[in-house]
Amino acid sequence: MERVTRARLVGGLALLAVLAGAASVAVGSAAIPLAHVVRALSGQGDPIERAILFELRLPRAILGLAVGAMLGLSGAALQGFLRNPLAEPSVLGASNGASLGAVIALYFGLAELHPAMLPIVAIAGAFAALGLLFVLAAGSQSALSLILAGIAVGTLAVAGVSLALNLSPNPFAAMEIMTWLLGSLEDRSFSHVALALPCIALGMVLVGWDGHALDALTLGEDGARALGIDLRRTRMRMLVGVAIGVGGAVAVSGAIGFIGLIVPHLVRPMTDRSPSAILLPSALGGAALLTFADVLVRVIPTSNELKLGVVTAFLGVPVFLVHLMRERRLW
Amino acid sequence: MVALSADRLSVRRAGRVVVDDVSFAAEGGALIGIVGPNGAGKSTLVQALLGLVPATGAILLDGVPLAERSRREIAQTVAYLPQGQSLHWPLSVERLVALGRLPHLAPLSRISQQDRDAIARAMAAADVTTLAARVATEISGGERARVLLARALAVEAPALIVDEPLASLDPAHQITVMEILRAEAARDVLVIAVLHDLGLAARYCDRILVLDAGRLVADGAPSAVLTPARLRETYGVRAWFGSIEGVPVVVPLTRDSAQGD
Repeated sequence: MERVTRARLVGGLALLAVLAGAASVAVGSAAIPLAHVVRALSGQGDPIERAILFELRLPRAILGLAVGAMLGLSGAALQGFLRNPLAEPSVLGASNGASLGAVIALYFGLAELHPAMLPIVAIAGAFAALGLLFVLAAGSQSALSLILAGIAVGTLAVAGVSLALNLSPNPFAAMEIMTWLLGSLEDRSFSHVALALPCIALGMVLVGWDGHALDALTLGEDGARALGIDLRRTRMRMLVGVAIGVGGAVAVSGAIGFIGLIVPHLVRPMTDRSPSAILLPSALGGAALLTFADVLVRVIPTSNELKLGVVTAFLGVPVFLVHLMRERRLW
Repeated sequence: MVALSADRLSVRRAGRVVVDDVSFAAEGGALIGIVGPNGAGKSTLVQALLGLVPATGAILLDGVPLAERSRREIAQTVAYLPQGQSLHWPLSVERLVALGRLPHLAPLSRISQQDRDAIARAMAAADVTTLAARVATEISGGERARVLLARALAVEAPALIVDEPLASLDPAHQITVMEILRAEAARDVLVIAVLHDLGLAARYCDRILVLDAGRLVADGAPSAVLTPARLRETYGVRAWFGSIEGVPVVVPLTRDSAQGD
């Protein structure tokens, strides 16, 4: 396995993310010729085309990149922090908590009061999950107790979602919840961007801050502390960052799985395999992958538009399996 | 020179006293062995000295209570090689040794040329330079033990605490490691080593602390501490004491039946 230099890897993935963003703006159900796109971006051209580009596609592209980056980065950071190659944002229950919040907003009709209502309740759900996680895992430093507590919190949130589906007054309400749970970036506006982007930016800073601590954790908890790492602070930043960032991401996109799990595994063989080295590549790779998947959703002709979460799962699993087969000897 | 002292240090774990009222003081430029039976509290004692487990009593590092120092300050002053260190990611040997520079790095910064030099020195000292590109989880147990020692040496701290550095090493590399520790002590580093091999401890250490059931039962030069009476009382063994070519030799012979257990 040939190692790629870091500058090339980061540059290549950044280029991929930019291409994905451009494709996301250029491709859609309304065929707008590339020349028109360029003209619209420079402030001229047909007002309808400009409206489609600026009010429909641009926010969608921005959200795709941001949500993908957050999921990829938090997956990479959590795999390092928990020293577990199966870790992803949902192991701490944050994304399930956000899903439950969104479902509550849909179930009680809060989502119809204001477009921002659903994301806000979803973020509140992520924080509630984090609070419960702290109560359950308080006093223990070990990664395993955190994972177990996270699984408990996540399962509880999933049970809450199931309860809402179970009790939903009519098939349409259940359908609405199911549709949201599948994950999508359809019909998102700049108000969604304004809500999610600050959360995601803050989350990424908090989660990406501790690269050295993650490297030190390669030697276990005592090993890391003996290397000068204050694990309580690292853990605080990690958990709060995941709750804010992933909460914000799930709030606008719905539950999109696999990105956080797969992307770190895809980029790891191209790095020196230390946890800090995969952080930035995972963020860029996640942004590119999610945005390409979102383009694919629009291009594949199906009677119902495919949901993003479904596509990421179908894209991700085969790639993931092939990589695990190749990498097996190292585990 | 670095100074480390413990005054009436006790550690309780799950209601049991593991380290019981231990006091000693040490300065740089010495190789100090900690010996004692399994479960005597040796590892817990060194963990307490690093502030890794809650303890009562006072620990002073260069005259300042350990509790008043940040983890980072402690890490810059005392390098630590834990017992049976596990590795969670398949890093290359060089990348693993580089972890030793973490106490000196600011957040989000990369390693400098100075760090690279320290890494190269540590790898040369532990005789692992030729392994640099290998994957640390795929080398032999003995090689890994030396790589992990190199990781601790790369910190270049004024004090070095190693917990059973000789486990899974062949005789030649046991001697190599003891000579590395001696060389560190000669550079005015304070080296504290938890050891099981009494012969090597007698040969290489300036001073030996004997721990038994959490208590410090002997503290002094090897010849004063490793006596037939001490070994019978602490380990319950009879041993042969001698000297070959001026090198002290201690060979445990039989379990002392009078001791019983």
